Amino acid sequence: MPDARISIPTPVKRDEPFEVRIQIRHPMETGYRTDDTGKAIARNVIRTFACRYNGQPVFSAQMSSGIAANPHLRFFLTATDSGELTFEWQDDAGTRGSDRAAVTVA
Amino acid sequence: MSRALSVFVVLCASAALAQERPIPPSALRSGIEFAGADVRAMQADDASNPGMLWVSRGEQLWAAAAGAADRNCASCHGDASVAMRGVAAHYPKFDAALGRVVDLPARIEACRRGSQRAPAQSTEADDVLALTAWVAYQARGVPIAVAVDGPARGAFERGRAFYGERHGQMNLACTQCHDQNWGKRLLVETISQGQPTAFPAYRLEWQGLGSLGRRIRACLFGVRAQMPPPDAPELTDVALYLAWRAQGLPLEAPGVRR
Repeated sequence: MPDARISIPTPVKRDEPFEVRIQIRHPMETGYRTDDTGKAIARNVIRTFACRYNGQPVFSAQMSSGIAANPHLRFFLTATDSGELTFEWQDDAGTRGSDRAAVTVA
Repeated sequence: MSRALSVFVVLCASAALAQERPIPPSALRSGIEFAGADVRAMQADDASNPGMLWVSRGEQLWAAAAGAADRNCASCHGDASVAMRGVAAHYPKFDAALGRVVDLPARIEACRRGSQRAPAQSTEADDVLALTAWVAYQARGVPIAVAVDGPARGAFERGRAFYGERHGQMNLACTQCHDQNWGKRLLVETISQGQPTAFPAYRLEWQGLGSLGRRIRACLFGVRAQMPPPDAPELTDVALYLAWRAQGLPLEAPGVRR
């Protein structure tokens, strides 16, 4: 189950920047906290995030414990042709997540 | 004749109840009106509202088979946007099969254990919260309207008593802040009316979605009272009183709060 929400305008205008917004459901555990028994909670944050457009990298981010839970990323892209955006991310626990969205150029 | 009399008695009772409401309907204000512009903007836009992540997750769970019965929610209830339209606005509610007043997370958990024969979870478990958010989302904009008579009467009166009692080392009752001093400042916060319209809500302090029960427990922590366990019946009693007190306010789940 993809645990993310993607927001893209439809359709987008050719050669004009459009905003991509993605929210990922993730605790972004900092590693600085302890549980009720005083035991340290291991760090688990999304380390890498990458966005590709028709396979070509267009945006990437490296995140750390300073990013709040359920990160919300916004960035701008320009498209010349319709295609598919793919989003991939990986956290400290090694869990990989991915999602995709179609872009229609008018 | 006796029927006319009983109708009259019921009318009198409901009129009396309406008069007893601590905040008159015209003065009712959702908690979002006490929030800052940033929080209001975050809640208003579904693409920014982090609570929508749980709504999406709940939508997936609604259609996912679970438990020994290998059934999903839709097997019994069908399309949530039809079957669950407005339902959350009537909770907490007396459940005849369970023989007690239950809030929405407890009702969903009873369905999971009973109909799906799924392993028991806390009503604060992430999946239960997600399903609660999905069902509550179907009642967005629907005014709260709960039944507090008949079999729900006992729970309602206990909830009202709890609300009016002083708690904890601070020796504060809910009513002292949320009926007598709402709109005033408490350090950096504006005291709200304590309306339950946003729940399950995304609280920035929690960095996640939480139930109304968790919010009430957080208030009890704030007045340094002994906190009841997450599934304690008194939390449901208070939730029923809060829902009655908020009658007429539209649900806004999943809300965003500080």
